[in-house]
Amino acid sequence: MNQLQVADRERLEAFAREIRITTLKELGHLGFGHLGGAMSIVELLAVLYGEVMKIDPQNPQWEERDWLVLSKGHAGPALYATLALKGYFPMETLFTLNQGGTKLPSHADRNLTPGVDMTTGSLGQGFSTGLGVALGHRLDGRDNYVYIILGDGECQEGQIWEGVLFGGNAGLDNLVVFVDYNKQQLDGYIDEINPLGDLRAKWEQFGWHAQEVDGHDVAEIYAAIQAAKAAKGKSSVIILNTVKGKGCHFAEGVKLNHHMRFTQEQIAEAIERLEGGRQN
Amino acid sequence: MKLTLDSRAMKDVYIETLIKLAEEDQRIVVLDADLMHSNSTIRFMETYPGRAINVGVQEANMIGTAAGLAATGKIPFTHTFSCFNTRRALDQIYMSVAYAKLNVKVVGTDPGITAAYNGGTHMPLEDMGVVRGIPTMTVIEPVDNVMMEALVKDIAYLDGPVYLRVNRKEPVQIYAPGTEFEIGKGKVLTEGDDLTLIASGIMVAESLKAAELLEQKGIRARVVNIFTVKPIDKELIVKCAQETGAIVTCENHNVINGLGSAVAEVLAENCPVPMERVGVQDLFGEVGSVDYLQKRFAMTAEDIAAKAEKCLARK
Ligand SMILES: Cc1ncc(C[n+]2csc(CCOP(=O)(O)OP(=O)(O)O)c2C)c(N)n1
Repeated sequence: MNQLQVADRERLEAFAREIRITTLKELGHLGFGHLGGAMSIVELLAVLYGEVMKIDPQNPQWEERDWLVLSKGHAGPALYATLALKGYFPMETLFTLNQGGTKLPSHADRNLTPGVDMTTGSLGQGFSTGLGVALGHRLDGRDNYVYIILGDGECQEGQIWEGVLFGGNAGLDNLVVFVDYNKQQLDGYIDEINPLGDLRAKWEQFGWHAQEVDGHDVAEIYAAIQAAKAAKGKSSVIILNTVKGKGCHFAEGVKLNHHMRFTQEQIAEAIERLEGGRQN
Repeated sequence: MKLTLDSRAMKDVYIETLIKLAEEDQRIVVLDADLMHSNSTIRFMETYPGRAINVGVQEANMIGTAAGLAATGKIPFTHTFSCFNTRRALDQIYMSVAYAKLNVKVVGTDPGITAAYNGGTHMPLEDMGVVRGIPTMTVIEPVDNVMMEALVKDIAYLDGPVYLRVNRKEPVQIYAPGTEFEIGKGKVLTEGDDLTLIASGIMVAESLKAAELLEQKGIRARVVNIFTVKPIDKELIVKCAQETGAIVTCENHNVINGLGSAVAEVLAENCPVPMERVGVQDLFGEVGSVDYLQKRFAMTAEDIAAKAEKCLARK
């Protein structure tokens, strides 16, 4: 089935809202953090953890599980909220984000957080490690899938393009790469700094099965993942057209929304708006 | 000595000084890898749009490009967090810059535990070490704004590559305005003859506090600021060893390969005396506040004082 049923779509949209609100509470408790890039991957996380991935929250190291490599590791707080909602660890743990001794550091860490499969934070590196995980599973004859999330600013790293060349040639069909194409990086708009051009054409040229979808539409994301899996013998990339800061009224549309400071009132208002059914 | 926080962030003092210098010298160019707002280099770009480049998230390419700019006679300053400006582009610093004898100034921000909430992946505890091992590199860690203002020009005109390790935030003021500094020469901050605390960066303030704690116990500690980790002030270190007979180094870095190692090398070859090293004891960084991390890695004034007593007992 390539299409989501209406009920599933509504369930995943509700899950996305829950992830977004939980992430806001988690970051809000701290008062600052990488808000923009966390908000833009929420729908993707909802589809992956709510529908697609083979996981067992009671057994994070389960050998049969699918893996997620959050190469844009600074979006950790959105992943942590998702993992907590899935029951990997208690919700209260979210309020220890970035505190000394925490299991939830600002950047994703495979040795600290139940459910985090790879350590990331230095941009570009998660992509290569994810390729290695996919290769490893293939060598073992396993059918675990590997999902990798890249940032668009991250795609300015040379290591990404080494991986695109290598991954395209390797034909890893147990792998789906996502580019969170929110058009913004830390210092502002990608197009004003070092533009990526026609991303989809570039990946295709390197031998990838490439698709481009609305990264805030759970049904489109789901259908693209199914199509990616159907492309046998090819590595797949899905470019997600997204909005940095999506769903958070004081971050969306703001140029410098990468790492922000916010007040309790701002967070409370953002949550209230989402709970009231608004889009931001 | 009363220690107070400067109201100005060191990154701002740095960039303001560079902007002033660049007014008279067109050769100065600034490169940054998508951290212009974090590093304040955006202000240089606003002042001289043609002479500032944001390459995006690509450190290796930034260093290589800077080397090429240097080959055409420019004086490029590259910027990103210390971790990315050193280990992420180390081969480029080694070959394209140093080995090729090109004059690039590498400016790394958020050194050691000052990376705080960015956590272990971003916490450079090896940056001075890895660049120190490259021939011709000069390694400088300014301690406050007075020093920063004084050194930027000398760094720009030093003939050779430099690694400048910059705490972005408001530093504790250590020096009186107008103090003069010479690259490669340390500074004696307080006199004492029982032992010497040799410190750099944020650990200078801690060492001064430690000296006060020690004084209450009748121990007179000399405090020395070595801000040029390479080339190190051999003369001053040997003098301190001879006159005080015991040395404790204090650094915001792994004790392997940084200030402690550099001082140990000098002592071992010239004047071996009991020595202890305060700093991160070969561990990875962690996430948390600077206060938390200072305690976690035993880098407080109390920890320095305890190591000092241990060192004295070995005298
Ligand atoms: C190698 C490396 N260089 C720089 C950084 C600092 N940094 C963290 S996030 C970021 C911007 C990333 O932009 P993008 O990949 O588009 O992330 P998003 O907008 O999705 O949050 C930068 C420069 C880093 N983490 N790693």
